[in-house]
Amino acid sequence: MNTVYLDNNATTKVADKVLDEMLPYFSDFYGNPSSMHAFGGNVGKKLVEAREKTAALIGAIPEEIIFTSCGTESDSTAIRAAVQSNPEKKHIITSRVEHPAVKNLCEHYAKNGYRVTVVPVDSMGNLDLEYLRQHLTDDTAIVSIMWANNESGVIFPIHEISKMVKERGIVFHTDAVQAVGKIPMNIQDAGIDMLSLSGHKIHAPKGIGALYVKKGTKFFPYMIGGHQENGRRGGTENVPSIIGLGKACELAAEHLEEINTRVKELRDTLENELLNRIPNAAINGNKDARLPNTTSVGFEYVEGEAILLMLDQFGICASSGSACTSGSLEPSHVLRAMGVPFTSAHGSIRFSLSTYTSSEEINSVIDNMPPIIEKLRELSPFWKKKKAAG
Amino acid sequence: MWEYTDKVRDHFLNPRNVGEIENADGVGEVGSLACGDALTLYLKVDDNKTIEDAKFQTFGCASAIASSSALTEMIKGKTLDEAIKITNDDIAAYLGGLPKEKMHCSVMGRDALEAAISNIDGKPVKKVEGEIVCECFGVTDLEIERAVRENGLKTIEDVTSYVKAGGGCEKCHDNIQKIIDNSLGNETPVEQKPLKLTNIQKIKLIEETLQREIKPALEKDGGGIELVDVEGDTVSVKLYGACATCSASQVTLKHYVESKLKELVTPELVVEEV
Repeated sequence: MNTVYLDNNATTKVADKVLDEMLPYFSDFYGNPSSMHAFGGNVGKKLVEAREKTAALIGAIPEEIIFTSCGTESDSTAIRAAVQSNPEKKHIITSRVEHPAVKNLCEHYAKNGYRVTVVPVDSMGNLDLEYLRQHLTDDTAIVSIMWANNESGVIFPIHEISKMVKERGIVFHTDAVQAVGKIPMNIQDAGIDMLSLSGHKIHAPKGIGALYVKKGTKFFPYMIGGHQENGRRGGTENVPSIIGLGKACELAAEHLEEINTRVKELRDTLENELLNRIPNAAINGNKDARLPNTTSVGFEYVEGEAILLMLDQFGICASSGSACTSGSLEPSHVLRAMGVPFTSAHGSIRFSLSTYTSSEEINSVIDNMPPIIEKLRELSPFWKKKKAAG
Repeated sequence: MWEYTDKVRDHFLNPRNVGEIENADGVGEVGSLACGDALTLYLKVDDNKTIEDAKFQTFGCASAIASSSALTEMIKGKTLDEAIKITNDDIAAYLGGLPKEKMHCSVMGRDALEAAISNIDGKPVKKVEGEIVCECFGVTDLEIERAVRENGLKTIEDVTSYVKAGGGCEKCHDNIQKIIDNSLGNETPVEQKPLKLTNIQKIKLIEETLQREIKPALEKDGGGIELVDVEGDTVSVKLYGACATCSASQVTLKHYVESKLKELVTPELVVEEV
């Protein structure tokens, strides 16, 4: 059975070209880039190249890139840096739909003497910009709002947000882990102070991320140690993965158009066909401002974990905003923030595509999904009642 | 991904006895859409009060569907007196076990069975008694007490796994803890604590409580805890194993470790992770 991998917002396949680029740096060129000898120094040159490629993808300059171990580390570093370098400010603003990397850190600050404002979203997943504007204060140390949401795929108007925040002289950080490589970005224009990205979402390996810190931004390292990353992140560089990330960023720039044309069309076909073939189903999120690779579909009166396990029988990998998959009892905080009704929140499935996605894979889902939903609805006491009620 | 037994997978993918029974003798409806799972159980009973036929409809995850299917298989051919003795543990055991976080699915099966049996002969469904403790999932003190008693539950997390209470906004955690403490207190009298502790007594008592109460509970989840320092009323601890990497570790620390120490040592204590 072939794997039909439609869970690319969770993680992606390491591109062959990325792996090829990395392998020699495990086996042959294992020198420490900080060493005085040429054997190590040559590795250092390769890191310079990787930094340039990473910067280029988002329109930054290389000195503004700090390599980290993952998106979470980037988020943590950014928020902690802003808080520590503005010790007199005790207010943080974030949104209700952030990834746990930001959400839980803000909750941590809320328990430790900080006031945290959490900006709501509407039923389409759009951020309440007016609410944000009204809550910016002179006491605000940082605003951290994601660029695009991992579950709904909804893209926030990041330029508008950063303009609003920067007018008040407040530090602005964005978790762009899902947006990087999927939508064009030029960070110089965007007025963003810090931006997080993650390697394994763009076909680099797990365990590598980067933080963009705009030149001139007050910074405080999270990992204090050696001189690496200009003293902004101690620790010997994860050389092969950094090289992998650089390559992945180069490829992402090349594939940007494909993601926004071919992959987007596949995504559109998938969701249109699912909605055509399955009654009582709806898209979660604003269709007009969405990542080209993501769709979240709510199927009423069925439960997500059950759907995923049935899809698994056909080798189809997706994910769910349902409670049961995560071990928590409530549907995802993103769907709840959007006010998705319980009838479909528990049965919401996210499909996320990549440039590796083929039309055969999409057809497999289109063929297999309707009978799965039908079978589960036949089991569900609410479906009968719903049908009886007309 | 959940580790389901082959039997759970089988009953999920090939559920037995799905559907309704027309003119059923007893119908039990439990759960709701909001809660994420619900089960309607139909019973047909013969003149000898033996369950002739059982059917179900379930909205929920794989283990909810498997638990419902297993339940119908278990009760067919049993007398009502035999069937009513089936516990949630029996349902889980029939399936070769359920992940701890999914035990509430077996409890839902047991609840539906009780509701259906009490509904036989058109008797009104027995109303759930007691006071609502968990508003998110509508769970009463009596339901929590029963789950604690029957399954020997020791932590709030256990209670959430079995009856869902405490799995939402967490506001009811203190009240759940009280129910657990009372229930445990019925078996072993709560130790009298000295009124004013000297520093040495305090540190000793903290250490004892960690060893006796807290460590075993955390170890069950693959985690651990170590006392690092006590300064005034601030207790510094180190979490390791699963606890150190668990995103809920702050919850563990505040809701469980701290409340336990407050209760058993002195209410002024504050716990910090180092």
